[in-house]
Amino acid sequence: MILTLGDFGPLTLLINFIYALLGIALFLALARLVRGPSLPDRVVALDLIAALTVGIICTYAIGTNQQVFLDVAIVLALIAFLGTVAFAQYVERRAHDE
Amino acid sequence: MSEWIMTALMITGGAFLLLAAIGIIRMPDLYSRIQAATKAATLGVGCIILALAIHFVDLGITVRALLVIAFLFLTQPVAAHMIGRAAYFVGVPLWENTIMDELRGRYDASTHALESPGSRIFFEGQDDNNDLGKSKDS
Repeated sequence: MILTLGDFGPLTLLINFIYALLGIALFLALARLVRGPSLPDRVVALDLIAALTVGIICTYAIGTNQQVFLDVAIVLALIAFLGTVAFAQYVERRAHDE
Repeated sequence: MSEWIMTALMITGGAFLLLAAIGIIRMPDLYSRIQAATKAATLGVGCIILALAIHFVDLGITVRALLVIAFLFLTQPVAAHMIGRAAYFVGVPLWENTIMDELRGRYDASTHALESPGSRIFFEGQDDNNDLGKSKDS
């Protein structure tokens, strides 16, 4: 819907530019997720990917004029925080048990 | 007018998120990666959600957007601190050129208790200068 050629309003241009920035950022975070030497590195990369996804969802909400996507962003931010906290507990407990 | 503010906020947010990703790929060790990713990503997402609140001129959306921003500013530092603390316990190495590690030798690995520098000075009485020298060496 956004990427229709021929519709080059200023808002469409801005939204596509933000998509490009966030896409590059997602790719870099994914590279750290694959490469990261330790488990906490990967957790931090996952956290950043969640933040980037929240940004992409908000950009999509502006681009399509759909207000409901903000609720999706709220839920995703909540779950990402819980996931990071759970991963931190797991990292600590795994070292404790060994 | 509001379109220009929204555009500026969107570009700022996208740029900060991109900077966070560059930081996470370029920084030398885990702890600097954490600080690069957390702060820049929080500011970037906050800017984009603020742009969304300005785009939809709607009280409900604005309230929810401010709620998300407050939630992010509360939880992102907590999450970063928890994962950094866990990584320090596990023994993730610092950057080789790190100048100072003030926590070295102060964590009890079995009880996870932190010995505060104030208590050490208090217990050792008058040897304040000596104590400061020791903490710098250790």
